[in-house]
Amino acid sequence: MKAANRIFSRQHGWRSWRRWVPPLLALAADALAAGLARAQDPGFTLNPAGPPAHAISNLFNIVLLMSLAVLLLVWGLLAYCIWRFRARPGAAIPRQVQGNMRLEIGWTLAPVVVLAVLAVLELPTIFGAAAAQPNALTVVATGNRFWWGFEYPDQGVVTANELHIPVGVPVRVQLRSADVIHALWIPRLNGKTDMVPGQTNEMWLQASTPDVYVGQCSELCGIQHAGMLLRVIAEPQDQFNAWLAREAAPAAAPTSDPARQGQQVFQTNACGDCHTVKGTAAAGTAGPDLTHVASRQTLASGVIPNTPEQLRRWLDNPQVVKPGAFMPTFRLSDTDLAALTAYLDELR
Amino acid sequence: MATAEREYISPVPRASSPGWLLTWMTTVDHKQIGIMYLITGLVFFAIGGLEALLIRLQLATSGATVLAPDVYNELVTVHGMTMLFWVGMPILFGFANYLVPLMIGAHDMAFPRLNAMSYWLLLFSGLLLYFSFLAGAAPDIGWYGYAPLTLAPYTGAGRTEFWLLALAVSAIGTIATGVNITATVLTQRAPGMTLGRVPMFAWMSVIASLLFIWAVPPFTAAAAMVYIDRTLGAHFYDAAAGGDPIIYQHLFWAFGHPEVYVLALPAFGIISEVIPVFSRKPLFGAPFVAAASIGIAGLSMMVWAHHMFTVGLGPLANTFFGVMSMLIAIPTGIKIFNWLATMWGGALRFTTAMLFCLGFLGTFVIGGITGVHVAVVPMDWQISDSYYLVAHFHYTLFGGVMMAIFAGVYYWFPKITGRFLDERLGKWHFWLTLIGFHLTFFSQHVLGMLGMPRRIYTYPPYAGWPEWNLASTIGAAILGVAMVIFVWNILVSLRHGAVAGPDPWDGFTLEWATSSPPPPENFAAPLPPVRSRRPLWDAKYPELADWRADHA
Amino acid sequence: MPDWRRADTNLVGVGIFITSEAVFFIALIIVYVVYHGRATSGPSPREVLDVPYAAVITVLLLASSFTITRAGARLGRDDRRGALLWLFATIALGAAFLLGQGNEYRHLVAENVTPARNLFGTTFYTLTGFHGLHVLVGLVALLIAAGVGVKGRLTARGHGGFEAVALYWHFVDGVWVVVFSVIYLWTLL
Repeated sequence: MKAANRIFSRQHGWRSWRRWVPPLLALAADALAAGLARAQDPGFTLNPAGPPAHAISNLFNIVLLMSLAVLLLVWGLLAYCIWRFRARPGAAIPRQVQGNMRLEIGWTLAPVVVLAVLAVLELPTIFGAAAAQPNALTVVATGNRFWWGFEYPDQGVVTANELHIPVGVPVRVQLRSADVIHALWIPRLNGKTDMVPGQTNEMWLQASTPDVYVGQCSELCGIQHAGMLLRVIAEPQDQFNAWLAREAAPAAAPTSDPARQGQQVFQTNACGDCHTVKGTAAAGTAGPDLTHVASRQTLASGVIPNTPEQLRRWLDNPQVVKPGAFMPTFRLSDTDLAALTAYLDELR
Repeated sequence: MATAEREYISPVPRASSPGWLLTWMTTVDHKQIGIMYLITGLVFFAIGGLEALLIRLQLATSGATVLAPDVYNELVTVHGMTMLFWVGMPILFGFANYLVPLMIGAHDMAFPRLNAMSYWLLLFSGLLLYFSFLAGAAPDIGWYGYAPLTLAPYTGAGRTEFWLLALAVSAIGTIATGVNITATVLTQRAPGMTLGRVPMFAWMSVIASLLFIWAVPPFTAAAAMVYIDRTLGAHFYDAAAGGDPIIYQHLFWAFGHPEVYVLALPAFGIISEVIPVFSRKPLFGAPFVAAASIGIAGLSMMVWAHHMFTVGLGPLANTFFGVMSMLIAIPTGIKIFNWLATMWGGALRFTTAMLFCLGFLGTFVIGGITGVHVAVVPMDWQISDSYYLVAHFHYTLFGGVMMAIFAGVYYWFPKITGRFLDERLGKWHFWLTLIGFHLTFFSQHVLGMLGMPRRIYTYPPYAGWPEWNLASTIGAAILGVAMVIFVWNILVSLRHGAVAGPDPWDGFTLEWATSSPPPPENFAAPLPPVRSRRPLWDAKYPELADWRADHA
Repeated sequence: MPDWRRADTNLVGVGIFITSEAVFFIALIIVYVVYHGRATSGPSPREVLDVPYAAVITVLLLASSFTITRAGARLGRDDRRGALLWLFATIALGAAFLLGQGNEYRHLVAENVTPARNLFGTTFYTLTGFHGLHVLVGLVALLIAAGVGVKGRLTARGHGGFEAVALYWHFVDGVWVVVFSVIYLWTLL
């Protein structure tokens, strides 16, 4: 009690370290709360937005509470020992206790019980993750260095880097890789699962509210592992259907002169060797599908916002935007650059 | 005192005596080899620490350009490799080298020349790793180098080779040391010292040695397979040819997981030596602590796939490995409670060594708790490959192992050099380490929960990410200052530290039954009789001797 | 519990080391077994392996285990000349095994069975190659022992060191029994 009084008493002057405690705590709380608040942030794993993420988050909450109890117990014992058993000058040598069988049994069995509880608690979530869901939408996600390919096999739609899903519908994501091991992680929608070349893994995504959920690759895949961002746009079923229909359609034909010139630039520079533009001769798969690239929110797999200026900057020199990306630098003239930008900007 | 000192091998390389370099380069004395290991480990610690500071500088703000992405991946890879294999291992096995023969009353290790070879292999492998920077081919594939990233065409010529050669060469040296330590404790014990009376640090060093020599072969196999795939165009990890990248992960983690216990067990051994002495009581439940170490070692070989919960092994495999992993908390908890019980009812002396033990207890328990978190499979699906995991392993490896190492340094420095480290500087070192450590790494738990993956050279300004990253970087800077103080303490104390006698701490075990530093043959006078785990205590306090209380 | 303090340190050291090497071979064997039959192209082991030939060189290697035991027994009785002769026999048999294996490799490579050809080639050469490497190291140790013996310094007193080398040699032979069964005998199933 005396100790507590001394710590929290206001008698300390301005030099006391204690005056920093409240603002530091507030800062910490603010930063934490900030993580909870904003949309379009990966968000707090304790801020789940769908059933799979909720299941994990509930488990987390229970485990964190149990952990706090254990931590306080150990810290409490430690603090007590430090305070109570300090060597006093001239005191006798303490009793040389070798051990105590009952204590050993006790502190062996107690953790067993706690862990058994945890083991039982986690089983439904482990096995539930593998269970099939009725009325699921299937998406095939392929990891590439350093972008995401998405395909809706039942609807014949191929897109890249941004995944649209209908709200409230379980989405079965089949995960593949075109090169090395990647991992798909959207923290607010579920834990991560790896994309391994030569096998197909499965994971579930389901969003309960319309929003933009961001995440990124979570398995080191090379120089631009950090630049392999992704977003999942959850929207009401009718908006999702409309989006899917637009994606299924072939590319819009260029409507302006610069755009027509841009299509020429596209063909001259053999962009179609790497990129697909549905309805044209361009059918490459080494790079993202560009059929509706202008309708995306971001470019270069989430690294830059999708505006004409940023698009031009990317086309001019990808290495400045995303050093190490595999898109070659074409050193286009200013006119070609403007034309190509105009063409791609019309591919909605 | 001065005359007697001149007869002994100077523990520290002294440029004043003629032929000193050749003496050290050709020595087979376990004490000198141990010192070389410790110095080497500390130098690499400084290098690894600088790498960490650069990494934290790059991550302090969103979109920083302090480090290019390729350089960043190199630093992250080499930082991890350095800390594990050229800091943790050499320091702990260096302590074992120095102390184990002394603790068991022997004159040297069982194989002194093999011992020397081990050290020079370790040094050479470290130089090989850092030479890769000069060759423009530093490894950038992460310290555990997953296939197929390590294969052509994804990683260019040289990087993967430097990675696996440096590790393989260092592993050969460590296997030899492991054999040496085990053979030494088995065959060189003083009369009366049964295996049950071997001091805890020596015991843990043996278990760690056996664990290492049985765990490293799968890694050697996996790395050889990577090399064969790259060099001979083979197909071990080639899915198209029927191979499987996941088999690399099974083999690697069959080594990688036991490896962290190879580091943790000797660290636990240090704690088990220092806490009792500064509590003036024997280690509580010593047989249980010893048995728990065997339990940890055994379990550690059955849990490897908890590093693979996101790989798609299926719910049955995931459940098995998850439950097995949680079991390791039990023997670890047993140790923590026994250490607390050792302090309970004791007469605690808060020397710097003891402070680091207390810091260890308070910090490692957090690492152990988050270890249980990652053992819970669905939680690991969120935590794995995020900063929460980075926080977990730094809490156990730095907050745990490194703090134990600091405790060991302050405790045994007088024995090795004949001088004390300065206690005042030591306390600055301790408090700055404690504060700096928690600021650096507790913040990373939050970052992990906020969705930040690991191994990214930069990040968008998502809410909370820049703030907590900055906090972590500030903590790292504080840690840097703490380490400078530590190195300064060592340098100053070597010259001006207070002179220490043979038994400055009123110790329990045989290393304190000889001069500081010990003579070349370790013991000039006859050993006290060994009738318990604490032969020196028994000799000094016969009425309170352990053998009076022993039932076992 | 053996009285460790009276044990020969060389024997203890090599014995401990062998347990480590055993795990190494277990890992490689597991990989071979897991990958068996999973090659997506190229020849299967049944199509290209000559089991009778391999059985012959196996007999040679096992015979060398017998001869080194004889050498150890002679050395124990301080029959230095006898020990040296049995040692030479061991070296000859071990070398014959290696040459035989090299010959087998030559034939296989001529038929385009290489590590790069398919998954079988990859695992076959790796497992047998690492074993062969261990035989080579053992041969070097045996040659050093023979050199010591020729100088007249191989005595009953240094018996422990010789026994350590013999233990390693037996281990290498034991590994081959497993490798031979897994690779060659399996093709007969």
